[in-house]
Amino acid sequence: MSYSLDFGWLEGALGAIARGAAMTVFLIVVTTLAGTVISVLAAAGRRSGPLWLKRAITVYVEVIRNTPFLVQLFFIFFGLPAIGIRLDPIFAAILAMTLNMAAYTTEIVGAGLDAVPKGQREAAFALGLRPRQVFFKIVLPQALKVIFPALTSQIVIMMLESSVVSQIAVSELTYEADMLQARTFRPFETYFVVAMIYLGLSIALRRLLVGIGRRTLSAGVS
Amino acid sequence: MIEFTFWDILRNLIFATRWTVLLSIAAFVGGGIVGIAILFLRISKGKWKRRFASGYIALFQGTPLLMQLFLMFFGLPMLGFRIEPWTAAVLGLTFFASAYLAEIWRGGVDALPRGQWDAGASLGLHYVQELRLIILPQAFAITRAPVVGFLVQLIKATALTSIIGFEELLRTSNAINNATFEPFTVYGLVAVIFFVLCYPLTQYARSLEARAAAR
Repeated sequence: MSYSLDFGWLEGALGAIARGAAMTVFLIVVTTLAGTVISVLAAAGRRSGPLWLKRAITVYVEVIRNTPFLVQLFFIFFGLPAIGIRLDPIFAAILAMTLNMAAYTTEIVGAGLDAVPKGQREAAFALGLRPRQVFFKIVLPQALKVIFPALTSQIVIMMLESSVVSQIAVSELTYEADMLQARTFRPFETYFVVAMIYLGLSIALRRLLVGIGRRTLSAGVS
Repeated sequence: MIEFTFWDILRNLIFATRWTVLLSIAAFVGGGIVGIAILFLRISKGKWKRRFASGYIALFQGTPLLMQLFLMFFGLPMLGFRIEPWTAAVLGLTFFASAYLAEIWRGGVDALPRGQWDAGASLGLHYVQELRLIILPQAFAITRAPVVGFLVQLIKATALTSIIGFEELLRTSNAINNATFEPFTVYGLVAVIFFVLCYPLTQYARSLEARAAAR
């Protein structure tokens, strides 16, 4: 049996692929921003909040980390409407991605906070800084610097995992690929091209984050 | 129309869980075998072998698993293989796992002091013996925690094979949901089952990690 690869469909599909890629980038940008903020708050709350809050954060982290993202997505998109919470696909995707990523990054940020020497905090208090200033100006920047590589990896993993939100009809890159292969009857070529675009996106995203990290985190931190 | 009670739903889901477990085991074992082959290439002295292994790992870690499964499912028939969802699922997850396991073990090999290799050489062992008797046992021992951690990731990853039509837990739950219209209960139970599978392993990985740190 012989089969010849055919990429002739590609020219007419570039628009759809670009739109899908733009949606994937949009999803990961929103998720990264929201997820980082949530994980900083959750990691801080887990260390200095009241007991019930510590317990709630632990349960949240464990439940998310020990169940598949696709199940979380289906629960949010298909399950929640049954109790009256109806979300549109894009919002459901962003919510699921943010909740998923934040559970992992809460642990990462927490490890970073623990890695900052106690003397840093004490020195800041001795200088008369308020607790909030100590956290945001002294401890957090140093913690972020330590964990930046791990955070970067987690963001890239989330970008790759975002391909499954195609299953609730969010028109991102994988969804566009599904539509294309149904029209061109060239599933292998279509998914191959899209897989390579994901590879490019993950390399670009990693470079971009490392660049941002180098610019913003090195100042003032030894 | 058949009425589904809560227990009917739960029983059907638990029945489907065996496919999730079986697939996880098959992919873990297959991934371990292929992963060792990739590890050999990754730490070999030949530059091109190392490059190939690095490229292999980067490819599987830099593309979505869903794409890998689609390429398996649609690609192998082009080479003339008849392929069922089960075969595509096992092969796809095997290659996926092999890349991650090879990278974890490579970290273990790199973490060993140079003196271990030298000691092996001074005992007159050749390369393969050195690996088999000295390097790999230690590398496997110090990477036990991340390997168990990856097994959790792999179990969760099996849920994606529902998309290419493999009848594991999540695909069964989609069918049950279509019959019962109780998505909250069905997907909630699926999450609970996955949690029951994964949480003990997560805790085990943590205890291994704590033990390694204490040493």
